[in-house]
Formats: sequence, C-alpha cells, structure tokens
Amino acid sequence: MTGLLLIVLVVAPALAAFGSLVGRNARFAEGVNLAAGVVSFAASVWLVVRAAGAQAHTWWASYILLDVTGAWVILCGAVVYLLASIYAVGYMRLLGEEERLPRFYALFAAFALTIFVGPLMNNAGLYWIAIELTTLVSTFLVAFEREAGSMEAAWKYIIVVSAGISVALLGTVILYWGGSLVLGPTYDLTWETLRRAAPRINPAILTLAFLLVLVGYGTKVGLAPMHTWLPDAHSESPAPVSAMLSGALLNAAMLGIVRYLSIVDAANVGGLPRGAFIGLGLFSVFVGAFFIVRQRGVKRLMAYSSVEHMGIMALGFGFGGPLGVAGALYHMLNHSLNKSLMFFGAGNAMRAYRTKRITAITDVMDRFPAQGGLWLAGAAAITGAPPFGLFLSELMILRAGFHGHYDWIVYAMAVLLIVIFIGFLNHFRVMYFEEPQGGGRRTEAAPSAWCVAPMWLAFLPLLAFGVWWPASFTSYFSLVSQALSGMRP
Amino acid sequence: MVFTHLDPLAASIFSLMAIVSLLFAFIMLGSRWLDNYLYAFAAESWVIAGLSASVGYYAGYPELYLVAILTGLFRGLLLPYLLWRIIKRLDVNRELHEILRPSSALVVGALAVVFALVVAYRIGSELGLAGTVAVLALTVMLSMKLIGFLMLTVRHEAISHILGLLVLENGIFLGAQILVPGMPLLIELVILFDLLIVVACFGVLVRYLISQVGSTSSLQLKRLVG
Repeated sequence: MTGLLLIVLVVAPALAAFGSLVGRNARFAEGVNLAAGVVSFAASVWLVVRAAGAQAHTWWASYILLDVTGAWVILCGAVVYLLASIYAVGYMRLLGEEERLPRFYALFAAFALTIFVGPLMNNAGLYWIAIELTTLVSTFLVAFEREAGSMEAAWKYIIVVSAGISVALLGTVILYWGGSLVLGPTYDLTWETLRRAAPRINPAILTLAFLLVLVGYGTKVGLAPMHTWLPDAHSESPAPVSAMLSGALLNAAMLGIVRYLSIVDAANVGGLPRGAFIGLGLFSVFVGAFFIVRQRGVKRLMAYSSVEHMGIMALGFGFGGPLGVAGALYHMLNHSLNKSLMFFGAGNAMRAYRTKRITAITDVMDRFPAQGGLWLAGAAAITGAPPFGLFLSELMILRAGFHGHYDWIVYAMAVLLIVIFIGFLNHFRVMYFEEPQGGGRRTEAAPSAWCVAPMWLAFLPLLAFGVWWPASFTSYFSLVSQALSGMRP
Repeated sequence: MVFTHLDPLAASIFSLMAIVSLLFAFIMLGSRWLDNYLYAFAAESWVIAGLSASVGYYAGYPELYLVAILTGLFRGLLLPYLLWRIIKRLDVNRELHEILRPSSALVVGALAVVFALVVAYRIGSELGLAGTVAVLALTVMLSMKLIGFLMLTVRHEAISHILGLLVLENGIFLGAQILVPGMPLLIELVILFDLLIVVACFGVLVRYLISQVGSTSSLQLKRLVG
C-alpha cells in the first residue's frame, strides 16, 4: 500500500512532464501539471500518515526508503508544488511565451519529481545524484525568461551549486572510505548502515566527511557564506519557480545535512560538527538580516529572507533535541507556506508595476486591497510576528537553544530577528504607505483568480498553524527526533 | 582496504598514474589556450581510465574494467568532443583577462598541493596508513579539488569554468578508484551519466549566454549584485 502511494507520488509528476512535452498545448500542460500537483499532494499527506504509523520501509534492495523525516520534507515540497502549480496557471499566461509553456511545465513537473526523489533515496551516493539533478532541471527554469539577467542567474547558479555539491561528493567518498576500513571494501552506503558503523569509524575521517558535506549541501541549502547563487536565482526566475526553489528545493538539501548529522551524532566525535552547523546557521541569519535591511529589489528581499530562514532551520536542527527538531520541522512547513505566499505576492506586484524595485511599487493597499492585505499579513508572518506559524516555530527553536545551553547564540539570533522584523517591514511600509512619487508604469488590471487563490490557500493554514499547534504534529515530530537519534529503527 | 597488502609494483603503478594525472591538472592550470585545456583534460581522463583498469587487475575487482572502459569513452572521448563543440561555437580561443598569470597560478597550485599533502599526511598517520598509496591518493584527490577551485576562481571564460568543474570531479573519481575500489558499481555508473548530462546542460547554457549576454566571460556577468 505504501509502495503504491510512493509510485503515485513519483509517477504523477513524471506523467505530467511527459504529457506536457507530448501534448504541445499550453492549456493541456497547465491542466496535467495541476492534476499532478493535486495527486502528489494527496499522496504525500497519506505518506506522512503511513510513515508515522510504521517503521521505516525500504524497497528495491533498500535503495528506496520512506522514513518519518523524509516524508515530512516530501510533504513540504508537495505543498509548494501544488500551490505553485495553481499560481503558475495565472502567472505564466502573463509572460506571453505561449508556445514555450509546454516545455516550462515539463521542466516544472520534472523539478518537482527530482525534489520528491531526493528524500526517498536510502543511499548517500544516490541522494547526491538526486540533488545534482534538481540543479540541472531547475537551471533551465531559472533561465526560462531568456533575458540577460536570468541567463546570468542561471549560469551563476549552476556553476556555484555544482562546485559546491562536488564538495559534498568528496565528503561522501571519504565517509565511504572511512566506513570501508571497518565494514570491508564493499557495503551498501545506506543511512542506517553508516549510523550503525559510525562509532567505529575513525573520528577524524568522520568529522572531515561531515564538514565537507556540510559545506557541499550547505551551498545548495543557501547557508551563508555559500549562499551567493540564491538571491540571483530566486529573483530572476518566474515567481512559481522562485517559490519552488525556496520552499521545496532548499528543504530537500537540508535533509542531507540532517541525515549526516544524525550519523555523526551516533559516534562520539566532540562538538565540532554540530558547532559548525550552528555557526553557519547563525551566520546565515546575520547575512540575511544585513542584506534585508539594505535591499532594493522586492524578490531579492524574499530571497535573503530564505537565507535567513534556512539559517534558523539550521539552528533548530543544530540545537537538536526533541525541541529543536520539532521547531525546525514546524518551521520548514510554515516557511514553505509563507514563502510561497510572499513570492506569489511579489510576482503579482512585479506584473502590476512592471518593476522589481521596491521604491517603484507604491500604494499597494489602495490599488489591490484584498491581495495587498494578504501580502502584508504574509510579510508580518515571515518576520516571525504572531499569530502566525513561524512565530511558534521560532519560539520553539529559541527554547531549544536555551535547553541545549546555547544561550549566547539564542541572544544573537533574537537580536537579528528583531533587526529583520524592522528592516523587512520597513520595506513594506514604503510599498504600502509612502506617497507615490509619480512616474512608474502601471497596469490597472487586477490579477486573475489563479494568482490570488493560492495566496489564500497558503495564508489560511499559516494562520491556523499560528494559533493551533496540532497534537498529532507533536507526536510526529517526536518520532522524527527519535529516528534521527537512532532510537527508532 | 586494498593498499595494506599491495605488491610494490602495483603501488608504484597506482602512484605513477595518480601523479601523472595531477601533472595534467597543472598543465591545464598553466596554459591559457582553451585547446590545451581540452587535450590535457582528455589525457587526464585516459590516465584515470588506466588507473581504474589497473586497480581492477591488481586488487581483483573485475567490474572496474567496465568502469575503465566507460571512463575512457565518456570522460576521454565524449566529454572532450562536447566541449570541443562548445569551444568551436565561441569566438575566443584563449583566456583574455586572467586574474593570475599562468605562471603565478602554477605557484599557487603548488602551494595547494603542499597543503593537500599536509592534510593527507595527518589523516594517514592518524589511521596508521602513513607511507601507503592511500596517502598519495588522498593528496592527489584534495589537490585536484583545490586546483579545480583555483581554475574556477582565476579564470573567466565559461569553458574554463566547465573544465574547472570537471577537474573537481576527476579528482574525486581518481581518489575513489584507489581508496574505495569496492564502491558499488551502480553509483559509479550513475555519476558518469550525470557528468554527461551536466556537460550537455552547460552546452545549452553557453548558447543562451552568447545569444543573451553576448559574451561568455564571467566578467560580463555583473548585473545582479547586493
């Protein structure tokens, strides 16, 4: 049954990609992609339920794995895929690239496919390949608009990320080598095998491998200082792609670091690995804060906010313990919802004002009351204000920090969050309440329902998760925490 | 764990091949002609294919013969051919604005090798493997990694970037042949195919770059900042 669900999850976007290419019709491609979004979302919810109910399953000579951690990441990815598929219907029609749309949707569905496949890989090498594939597919989505800016972003993206994750491959090979000294020359590179073998692997090798993997996958996650590709790629790609990159892709790469962290935890190698992870996380929040304050482009603002939130997630996983893991996982889901909302709003604003400059976008509230209100609420939510989901998860992560005696890191993080709150909302003050300075070309057409509906769909759960932390989530997160610490096979 | 009970001849052959491929990396670093990069890369790949075969022979992993053949075909023929087509499409045949002159780049590369040697030596003595071919393999792997990054940093032409990435990959692949010859075949094969897709993607991107930005030098890519 679970196997069948997995097949559905993977086959739906694969069929959509294939159908879009074969169909050669933009409306048909929109339809199949949307259908795939709905189907894979349903499958992913069900998979989370199944994963919680049983032990981790493996298939195909244990190359495929469904565990609680991976299922959650897939759920977050599927949420964004569904929302972005709805949004893309409205947004992509505005670009006037009708004849290239089938190719866009084929790539879009393939991108979702690679994001779903990554967390299912039970082999460190295959996981690496899945992450590499996400890069290759999404490069062409970033480059879709074929302008000088998007070409530049795509080129930087593929070079920086490929170079980065080749470091992760080096880490993987070195870990395999370390394992081969205790397990014999040939063994399966599964997460479970590695965790079991970790206490016997030489600590120097284990630490080196983790640090290389942290830098490698950290590049893909967008942890500073390896984040340089992220603002470019996020700001230059079409809005639905930005949402997918930020809300789905980054999580899939974060999962790799978390899995390696759980391997290193199983051995006694001192505090360096965890410390490095926390350090990168804090530095990401710092870089995010710095660039958010002095940002001029509206989509780059959202991109740096992603750097910040990945940093917070890294802090959550880095602080560890049941609290930290729960906070980070809750943060992952809420960030996926919230960042989709923000990118959709930014895309609508970009289309309406024909610019990405914050200062040229004025009077949003008067011109687009309903949608503008949603976007503003989303902005408050993404800075961690109550009563939204990210407030609860950030609070949980701060608590986890105190619990793990990382007091100074928690203080620094709290200060940076306040800076981000002020800086981020100041940009929204300019866009909403500053007097228009004339000029600026505008279109008066209101955005289509396709472009606004997904904003509601993202907003309502975000609000709900802010006032109500479901008890079932708590028990699920404690399952993940047990699985990561090796207590639950 | 091949290297502890290896006969001296095999160890010397492995070392020789590892060193030769490191030399080819230096040739790439020290030249400013794009053609030379390409020939050096192809030659390096052939040496690595030879290494795979000899590890397969001496350490008794017959599946490495297959890896050797595919390495020779993919990395030694197909990739250079694809890159050659990309170079033909460009109207540049050498690096125009290098940050470091090739001679200085060679010196920095040499320093990188020294650093890699120190790291590998430390790890080797930690594991009680000092003096074995494993230390050499680690050294070459790390040095090629560093040299690849050096090429990415000090060169601006798109093709140099692609080749820099391929040197990174070659370094890992070479190290993996000696350190972990028992690595499952599936992974090695998938990584080979993956490389092919990477280069194909780069080819397409280079074409876009030419048509949209009008140049393949990363010096022209400075629109997106802050």
